[in-house]
Amino acid sequence: MSLALDLFTIVAVTLGAIFFLAGTVGLLRFPDTLTRLHALTKADNLGLGLVVLGLLPQATAPLGWIGLIAVWLLALLSGATVGQLLAEAVRPPEWDQTRTPDAPPDVHPNAPEASSHD
Amino acid sequence: MTSALVVDAALILLVLGLALWITAARAAYGAAVGFVAYGLLLTLVWVRLAAVDVAMTEAALGSGLTGLLLLGAAARLAPYEAAEHQRRPGLGLRVLVGILCAAIAAGLAAVVLLLPDPAPSQALAVAAHLPATGLGNPVTGVLMAYRAVDTLLESVVLVPALIGVWSLSTEMSWGGRPGFLTPCRSGSALPLLARMLPPFGILVGIHLVWAGADDPGGKFQGAAVLAAMWILVMVAGLREPPPVSDRLMRFLLVVGPLCFIGIGAAGIRLAGAFLAYPEAYAKPLIIAIEVGLTISVTAVLGLLLAGPPVPEPQYQRQSRRRS
Amino acid sequence: MSGTTLFGLCAAALVGLGLYGLICQPGALRKILAFNLIGSGVFLLFGVIAQRGGGVLALAGTGADGDPVPQALVITGLVVAFAATAIAVTLLVRLAETSARGTLEGDEPAPPAPAGERRP
Repeated sequence: MSLALDLFTIVAVTLGAIFFLAGTVGLLRFPDTLTRLHALTKADNLGLGLVVLGLLPQATAPLGWIGLIAVWLLALLSGATVGQLLAEAVRPPEWDQTRTPDAPPDVHPNAPEASSHD
Repeated sequence: MTSALVVDAALILLVLGLALWITAARAAYGAAVGFVAYGLLLTLVWVRLAAVDVAMTEAALGSGLTGLLLLGAAARLAPYEAAEHQRRPGLGLRVLVGILCAAIAAGLAAVVLLLPDPAPSQALAVAAHLPATGLGNPVTGVLMAYRAVDTLLESVVLVPALIGVWSLSTEMSWGGRPGFLTPCRSGSALPLLARMLPPFGILVGIHLVWAGADDPGGKFQGAAVLAAMWILVMVAGLREPPPVSDRLMRFLLVVGPLCFIGIGAAGIRLAGAFLAYPEAYAKPLIIAIEVGLTISVTAVLGLLLAGPPVPEPQYQRQSRRRS
Repeated sequence: MSGTTLFGLCAAALVGLGLYGLICQPGALRKILAFNLIGSGVFLLFGVIAQRGGGVLALAGTGADGDPVPQALVITGLVVAFAATAIAVTLLVRLAETSARGTLEGDEPAPPAPAGERRP
């Protein structure tokens, strides 16, 4: 039983480390800040979640489990906030302009509808 | 080579790499970011050295609050950085200084390798007398009972540091609000964090102070967490920093050291020496000192980061400009 | 060579690196950063001495932690170092605001204050 739990820990922590590696590769290889933020926040949240999942069998129940999950939730919260703040700081100003309703369409009427910016 | 040695070697390589980055980075902002990461890695090093109390203090104060200080300064000094690079010393001087610094590092390394074996230690003496204080954590015992004079002087020295920071304002701004933590009013992510996190942060901070009696923790770590929550609330714009002439805040700043000095002076009468605790009342007195010191150190740490006061119209201008 | 000795050598290297940064970097904020590097190296040396002193406790059977006296000294040192860094940084920001430069040379005349700022 404890061998199975140790095996589960090794597998989950290794998967988490692979996600961290993916996030770091994204940080180094993506072209601009927004895509890098995307890579970092998604990969690191899931990576930390897998690491925490892997460490749950090694911690004493239930206080150890609550502590580990609290660490993951706090990292999620702060990562999300920092991602929002950074993205707000680097968003290009032209994203704030919205199209007026009666502007002439600049695509062929039969072409598929262009998606609008947020 | 055991796996512990491999982990230690990997940690050391990362720490040295980050130290090189801090020394060689082009921009001060990059060096400050590297410093925060360096502090977190040092926390792991302290855990490997079996000093968990020190690890918590390094994470909270050395990496967190110092990092915040340095990041703010790097942002403020960015306009003046280009002129700095022209004033670097020439290559010959840098090589000479590098050789001399390497010699100093080699001397220290020789000291490390020639340390006496078996190592002299106070650990047994501390452990022998710890039950008399009612504490379970030997580091807290050293801080509050054996070397209480050091802790008293440390908590007292924070107040002149704050007065020094306050005195760096212009004469017409005395009495205004501290101006370094101008609130960032764009978006709603930071106010949301500042509403959600402080309840947990305050709970964690108070727990750290209380648990420091028997487990790793203590008042400096707890006070740093509480100060960080206060700073978060100020930066998000939910609360304004108090003006420096506020009487309640000034009282809270000194209540800790005054409590400490008072109990210490009472110890002359009741137990024979300054800062000696009477036998049966050691634990309650230590707890009283810790509560007072937590409040004071929290206030001092938060205000050290808030900076010198600025006149009220300038404070309002700064707040409006950030929105 | 145990892990503790390796950490001691790392501490020596940090002190050397910080000293180089303190002397050779022109900007005062970088000097403050380098000074913090030296400080952390010195604290690590204390930690190494504390860890070596902890072997006594393991022999006596009362735990495997280090010698608590150097650890308490390091905690005190960390708090005081933070206070000193806070004053140094505030001083530097004030210097930059009033003289428009971030270095410590003293023989340049200060540029005229921008309109509207009172001279302190």
